[in-house]
Amino acid sequence: MLAMRDLRVHFRTYDGLSRVLDGVSLGIAAGERVGLVGETGCGKTVAMKTVMGTLKSPPALFPTGEVLLRGRDVLKMKSREKRALKGTVLSMIYQDPLSALNPVFTIGEQLRDIIHHGGRRSGKKRLPRRHLVEKQERALEAVRLSDTKRILSSYPFQLSGGMRQRALIAMSLINQPELLIADEPGTALDVTVQAQILALLSELVRERGLTLLLISHNLGVIREAVDSLYVMYAGQIVESGSVASVFGKPLHPYTSGLLACVPRLTGEREAGGIPGTIPDYTEAPGGCRFHPRCKHAMAVCCETAPSAVEWASDHEISCHLYERSQGE
Amino acid sequence: MSEQILRIEHLVKHFPIRGGFLRRTTGKVYAVNDVSFSIRRGETFGLVGESGSGKSTVGKTVVGLYKPTAGQVMFDGEDVEARKRREPLRFRREVQMVFQDPRSSLNPRRTILSTLSDPLIIHKLAASSAERKKMVAELLVQVEMSSRYMYKHPSALSGGQRQRIAIARTLAVGPRVLVLDEPTSALDVSVQAKIIDLLLELKSERALSYLFITHDLSLVRTISDRTGVMYLGSIFELGKTAPLFSKPMHPYSRTLLDSVPVVSKEEEAVKPAGCAREDSEIPSSSNLPDGCVFHPRCLECTEQCKKVAPALIEVGAERSVRCFRFAERRERDMTQSSHEREGEGDKEEYGDT
Amino acid sequence: MTVDSFERVDESAGTWRVLLRERFGRSWYRFRRNRISLIGAVMVLSVAILAALAPWVAPYPRHAHAFTDFANRFQPPSAAHWFGTDDVGRDVLTRVIFGYRVSLMLAVVVLGISVPIGIVLGLIAGYCGGAVEAVIMRITDVFLSLPPLVMALAICAAFTPSIDKAMLAVASIWWTWHCRLVHGVTKSLRKEEFVQASEILGASPLRIIFRDILPNCASPIIVKITIDAGFVILVGAGLSFLGLGVQPPQPGLGTMLSEGATYLPAKWWMTLFPSIGIFYLIMGFNLLGDGLRDALAVEEGV
Repeated sequence: MLAMRDLRVHFRTYDGLSRVLDGVSLGIAAGERVGLVGETGCGKTVAMKTVMGTLKSPPALFPTGEVLLRGRDVLKMKSREKRALKGTVLSMIYQDPLSALNPVFTIGEQLRDIIHHGGRRSGKKRLPRRHLVEKQERALEAVRLSDTKRILSSYPFQLSGGMRQRALIAMSLINQPELLIADEPGTALDVTVQAQILALLSELVRERGLTLLLISHNLGVIREAVDSLYVMYAGQIVESGSVASVFGKPLHPYTSGLLACVPRLTGEREAGGIPGTIPDYTEAPGGCRFHPRCKHAMAVCCETAPSAVEWASDHEISCHLYERSQGE
Repeated sequence: MSEQILRIEHLVKHFPIRGGFLRRTTGKVYAVNDVSFSIRRGETFGLVGESGSGKSTVGKTVVGLYKPTAGQVMFDGEDVEARKRREPLRFRREVQMVFQDPRSSLNPRRTILSTLSDPLIIHKLAASSAERKKMVAELLVQVEMSSRYMYKHPSALSGGQRQRIAIARTLAVGPRVLVLDEPTSALDVSVQAKIIDLLLELKSERALSYLFITHDLSLVRTISDRTGVMYLGSIFELGKTAPLFSKPMHPYSRTLLDSVPVVSKEEEAVKPAGCAREDSEIPSSSNLPDGCVFHPRCLECTEQCKKVAPALIEVGAERSVRCFRFAERRERDMTQSSHEREGEGDKEEYGDT
Repeated sequence: MTVDSFERVDESAGTWRVLLRERFGRSWYRFRRNRISLIGAVMVLSVAILAALAPWVAPYPRHAHAFTDFANRFQPPSAAHWFGTDDVGRDVLTRVIFGYRVSLMLAVVVLGISVPIGIVLGLIAGYCGGAVEAVIMRITDVFLSLPPLVMALAICAAFTPSIDKAMLAVASIWWTWHCRLVHGVTKSLRKEEFVQASEILGASPLRIIFRDILPNCASPIIVKITIDAGFVILVGAGLSFLGLGVQPPQPGLGTMLSEGATYLPAKWWMTLFPSIGIFYLIMGFNLLGDGLRDALAVEEGV
């Protein structure tokens, strides 16, 4: 469904050439629920925007790599083609429902615009009003919003956060996309509402056989919402695999460091965090970008970037530590 | 009672909603309704709740930013409002606040040196600008930052660094109590860990007391000694952190704990079952439900809950709950214990609750 | 005590250099990249230089004062007189350059008086709220409802018309826009956390207003001043055109327009060149203002 092969994305900025993504490779098969985990500044937003095709080409540069959506390279598409994909094949759920919804239009009007956009792309004629309203109501019911008439005629600010997020989900699903990208869903919401939204999302994905790419910095959310994940650090994928395997036995020093930092509901916390900070992309460290912060750094880590090695059938790791033991 | 450095008694804070041409009061936001708790010297008290719970308002009232609509905040045995009138500047040195969003809590147009010099200038803590610079450099060292950040603007710093500056700013005046309003919510988890480490270190070095306000339950579990759970302006449950988390009583506390996304199986095992209607949401603070404010969402709601608001009562050693279910249980316990006192040897086992 | 050791080491020598670079480096970069704003800056600067060096740059400096040469009147543009001569034989180019002097001085004086008044009133109104705010803003509303040109006309006509009366007249209205602008920004900044933090630290309202709020108003004010300069000059020229501003024989762009109007279309150069002069200057200010707005917005967005 979606594949990135050795994707590199650079930006021309005031301070120089910012090499954000450095050889990102990932693959999501149809129907899978995959997570992309990384902290702020790791490049996951850039990766997501590349898939969506929303990066402005200067200052963004794509020296190597391809992004294949259903087999076709997004990087080589014209903007018209990319726009056609949005909402129909590919759909996105944004982080903050308040800023993602247009404040001067009602929910009904925004849904209608999206339906028409989808209809235009697939060559269908405009739907008659009756069908339109029916379609809108069904969309809202699918996200478990009752009182649909009131919501359709409401403006975003009149709804609560949870309802806005559900409306947003309804909008992204109405044109029956195949791939759903969810950017930090629920971060702007309270934790009880977040739990509801995540449950809803899981159910909808399962019901409709969608493919889900969930991007988050919250490890708990990832663990509950997806089946497998990619861990990203400073524009490189460092570890990937099934949730059970990666959380059960985190191999990469960054992954294990990250998990250790999370405070536990059972009361333990580990002091220390991960020493250092994320690198400056205009002067990124060579080789493995995590090496300046890594306890186990070796000479080879500064020189060459490790490639992904299969540790188990559902677990891959990009780290020189594991390359050696594999070889032995 | 001198052990209690901060004591909040029946605090009420309402905000008028003004609208219309003449800015009439068209409604009220009932942010805080009858909140009472105390913080001991050297303790970390965690105040948890979701949006609309009023926890931030409590924090800002404690620090003196808002005047209570009713009730009192007692600092070191004295009412804060009276203290502010008597010694406004001195009081400001005792209780300080660290805000949530490091982007907005530092003035983007001022250098770090300027921001950190402010408290020193206001409270006349330095004799000359050279001495001020020296003190600012020392403050930076205490929050583990190098002094070359002095001439930078907040925009050049990362979120974690900005938060360290915000902490340094409060330390400049030598407070005894720090109110921390979601200090790490805007930060990544690895940065959060370091900031929390810093806060814990400062606390033990300077014998501070913390009022830690957050919605992150896992975090509260690991660092606070006692915790209060707030919802729509009232405290629903209050007690020592570990027992509260392992055996939460109030339906809302249970729902809250059930919703936390956790990262390990061990944590999953300790999560209670939630007790709220599916897909129910938090009502607005300007339109509170009657009776117990949680009743529209509560799965254990009774007729009484819809009409009367329960009071916060003690149900055990250092535990209070605001729920009729536990008022009954307490009644039962109290009659049980009085029976036991009367009839020795009568070992009636009431059902385990 | 661990110190963050993984950042780029800044090897800068003096603190002033660091400060300047930090403060202005990025904004200058943005400004530079915006062609339009550079053009505006060049335009304004060229006028400023001409005006400053007028006695040395103008071909016939004496023509800027009382001077007549009836033999040479109504000369069309030629090598000797690039912009031709007017009805009493004075060189139009010289008078345009000296006219710029008057215009720029007008802008400086008017804005120099009205902007500080507007800023102070706006800050007080925005920060204090309540009755103080209501009083100040209602007064502002009253002044705002008076069209500036009409107001200036009234004031000028009440006294003997001259350039200083015109300046006073315009200044008496102009403060209101700045007051409104600053009031709006102050009100929104009032709720910001860094203002609350200063309050909690014990800062006095005065300190908060001038150290926390005012610097954050700076960019909208700067942009507005730049664009205002153009408008003030326009109003001044309008007043002069009506005979209420610059009085002859002083050169003023508006006055020149009114003098030349009676000779249209035959002696077109007497009106065309002053008009182009006004247009050039005002356009320059507008473009500059636009560019500044983009450049300064960077600092806030970061």
